[in-house]
Amino acid sequence: MIIEEIERTLDNAERLNGQLNSFLSIERDHALSRIEQVSKQTEARPLFGTPIAIKDNICTKGMRTSCGSRILHNYKAQYDATAVKRLNDAGAIVVGKTNMDEFAMGSSNESSAFGAAKNPWDVERVPGGSSGGSAVAVASGVVRVSLGSETGGSVRQPASLCGIFGLKPTYGRISRYGLVAFASSLDNIGIFGLTSLDAARVLFVIAGRDELDSTSADVPVPDYEATINDDIKGKTIGVPRELFGEGLDDEVRNAVENSIDNFRSLGAQIVDVELPYAKYGIAVYYIIATAEASSNLARFDGVRYGFRAEGSHSLREMYMKTREEGFGPEVKRRIMLGTYVLSSGYYDAYYSKAQKVRALVKADYQKVFAKCDAILTPTSPSTAFKIGEKTEDPLAMYLNDIYTVSANLAGVPAVSVPCGLSSDGLPIGTQLIGNFWSEGTLLNLANVYENQFPLGAKPFVFAE
Amino acid sequence: MKEGWEAVIGMEIHAQLATATKIFCGCAVETGGEPNSNTCPVCLGLPGALPVLNENVIELGARAALALGLEVQGTSIFARKNYFYPDLPKGYQISQYDKPFSANGTLTIMTSERDASGHATEWKPMNIHIQRMHLEEDAGKNVHEGLPDVDKYSYVDLNRAGTPLGEIVTSPDFRTSWQAYDYVNHVRRALQWVGASDADMEKGNLRCEANVSVRKIGETDFNNKVELKNLNSVRFMQKAIEFEIERQIAAHEADEPVAQETRLWDEKNNQTRVMRSKEDAHDYRYFPEPDLQPLKVTPDFVENVKARMPELPDVMRDRFMETYQLSYSDASQLVGDRSFAEYYETVARISANPKLAANWILGEFTRELNSSGKTADESLTTAEDLAELVITVEAGKINNNQAKEVFAEMFATGKPAAKVIEEKGFEQISDTSAIERIVDDVIASSEANVAAYRGGNDKLFGFFVGQVMKASQGKANPKVVNDILRHRLVG
Repeated sequence: MIIEEIERTLDNAERLNGQLNSFLSIERDHALSRIEQVSKQTEARPLFGTPIAIKDNICTKGMRTSCGSRILHNYKAQYDATAVKRLNDAGAIVVGKTNMDEFAMGSSNESSAFGAAKNPWDVERVPGGSSGGSAVAVASGVVRVSLGSETGGSVRQPASLCGIFGLKPTYGRISRYGLVAFASSLDNIGIFGLTSLDAARVLFVIAGRDELDSTSADVPVPDYEATINDDIKGKTIGVPRELFGEGLDDEVRNAVENSIDNFRSLGAQIVDVELPYAKYGIAVYYIIATAEASSNLARFDGVRYGFRAEGSHSLREMYMKTREEGFGPEVKRRIMLGTYVLSSGYYDAYYSKAQKVRALVKADYQKVFAKCDAILTPTSPSTAFKIGEKTEDPLAMYLNDIYTVSANLAGVPAVSVPCGLSSDGLPIGTQLIGNFWSEGTLLNLANVYENQFPLGAKPFVFAE
Repeated sequence: MKEGWEAVIGMEIHAQLATATKIFCGCAVETGGEPNSNTCPVCLGLPGALPVLNENVIELGARAALALGLEVQGTSIFARKNYFYPDLPKGYQISQYDKPFSANGTLTIMTSERDASGHATEWKPMNIHIQRMHLEEDAGKNVHEGLPDVDKYSYVDLNRAGTPLGEIVTSPDFRTSWQAYDYVNHVRRALQWVGASDADMEKGNLRCEANVSVRKIGETDFNNKVELKNLNSVRFMQKAIEFEIERQIAAHEADEPVAQETRLWDEKNNQTRVMRSKEDAHDYRYFPEPDLQPLKVTPDFVENVKARMPELPDVMRDRFMETYQLSYSDASQLVGDRSFAEYYETVARISANPKLAANWILGEFTRELNSSGKTADESLTTAEDLAELVITVEAGKINNNQAKEVFAEMFATGKPAAKVIEEKGFEQISDTSAIERIVDDVIASSEANVAAYRGGNDKLFGFFVGQVMKASQGKANPKVVNDILRHRLVG
């Protein structure tokens, strides 16, 4: 019965949250009233009664949608994001909103204004970010699926660090309507699944053109589940060797190399490929993402909603105090960077040039995908690091995204699949990047891999 | 203007495009509603909401561009103009920057200086270069009065936020305030004419800003310019420019600096005053709006819009002068607004007397419209009915004074001419044999006067006319009466 499953889910969420801090709000009342609604529906629903957790930067009507920020600490969304609406229509039940780096800016969850979520494999370690809470909600067994968001790896990296499946779709595949913008040209809603099959079912429901998002694409949505068990024999997987060099943890390298051998054993053809512009990815990303963020976050000014600082004597002072007190240090750093790169006299040197390099990164991929079905790289250069280990060094933190950002720059889909454990028992992910609209191929590769080479271990904290 | 100096003026006009809904969401464009009643997540700038371009903006934008001689661009790009203000809910305005919707227009306007009493001295054509018209969204309004605790709080009404605007920017081509005045009037009429905008300055759906500097005649460099705002009518704008020209010339002559700044027109004191100086100028950090695709407009679309556009007023004016042999002054007045011009043309065609039609339209019809506050398309009298009246007058069936009386009744009631004439009993007798009988009766009964007249007393002619008119109860056609009387009285 769904009522038992939903109540167990809510109980688990509440019970584990003290340890993991993965939920910013657990929506018991909402979930229970939804059971009544979906029970009345007579038509078959593809996600009937499926509990799902939603990242706190995706609007859910009547629920707090804080983006992990003090400036929206009391903000309740006035409408459902298109993805949430489609989940509801499919019979899914939102059980809570998950913790995240403030405005999705971070790779560890530590920039959340409400404290970091903890990695269930080792609660002293970060779950990754920015969608850490959604990753933990799945990895800890509370829900089988959750929504996250991606701007430069914010689903794949925490999926890798938490030992679960994570998908960033093609830009335009899932409507962004109701996803609070960080960097509009890079943002995607992404999906975490305990398995790739869980994610495939959710993707099928939420993907597709939305009249409310001009950047959503009118490309048919295939039945991902129908092809997810196809034989992968003969699929060509490209490996860019230059990405396996300096900066990559040895244990991660070994596990990812091992995943290449495993794919070969499944009949995939492994070829060498080159992505010469990938090395500029981080630089380009931190110009474009911060530029767009500086504009997207301007609406949080204390005038209409959210936090407003008290005791100001002028409009200007109100703006300054509200944003000074409402935003955390990482968000301010990025707003300043973005404001700088767009300012008069610097636009051509930074923003305009970054857009040119971005086009080259995309061209790299198009060249490679002329001869490959997918590209395989590590997802993250290391396993989950200790909470507090990198907070003093923003650049070291930014380098966590080195393997993931270029898929966002190019707009192509990518997944992270668990591929092994380190010697101290932390999960490692391997990344598969596909051509535009090839989510079906990536889900197929991931599913066959998961079935043949399951991780075979559970996190230290896990809801039974 | 003082001898030896010239003004350099460029104009920016914001025209509200007359769509039913906002530019990036489905909210109604309406004025006068409850504050914040016409709003939704998109125009409130709520987190996560995204803009979607209203297709009707493209149609009306194209009409506006074509009416102003601009070229609609195949690709234009929306850009974000970033600044903080409470009436700007997203913290940026979606506008266009380096790739505007339309560009490179040449517009020929008619312009004239005015004499001391405000009359045009000589109308001459002038070419204006319009650099661009781009599309953008309007902001909301901050409200500082009429609400509780206004000493402590300001209020924001976002009903206007997201209203579509076209911003029309000229090169600094104007040399006098009257040129700018005539330009704005030209644009206003052109936009109304093609249905792109209501272009009513009083309602705020057409707003202008003027950039004004002065220099000695012969100089080619520009001096510091002043941006003039708060120009709430074309007349205020003209006055503000005039004031600014004199102020700047005086400053230059006294070797005082003219600051590059924004000034407002203060209509109470008839002067401009500083709003903000250059130091406060914003860096708007424009960049392409990532939430919208580039706007593509095909040549076919533009051709299609063009094919459905009405004849433009200046073309129509020239045609009226050519085809109907009207004076420049009459033809110009006839194309004052589109329904008026079309009304005239219908009357001219049906009556087949364009001259007489013009006299009626610019005379009685205009007077009735003015006193009733109606426009031509609100007139109860149709163009067909007025044409019938013109035909009746020309045929001499009623005289001019009667016709005016008839028309007043037609305009007030909407009755056709024939009906009013019949009701008033104004039908003239032009039938020669009927008048001959009356004339013969009058002559037969006035033997003494006939003899006196024939004896040389010419003044008695009027007496006979009077008698005939009296006998016909005023219905006899006076011209026919005259002819017959002269003939018969000769003896």
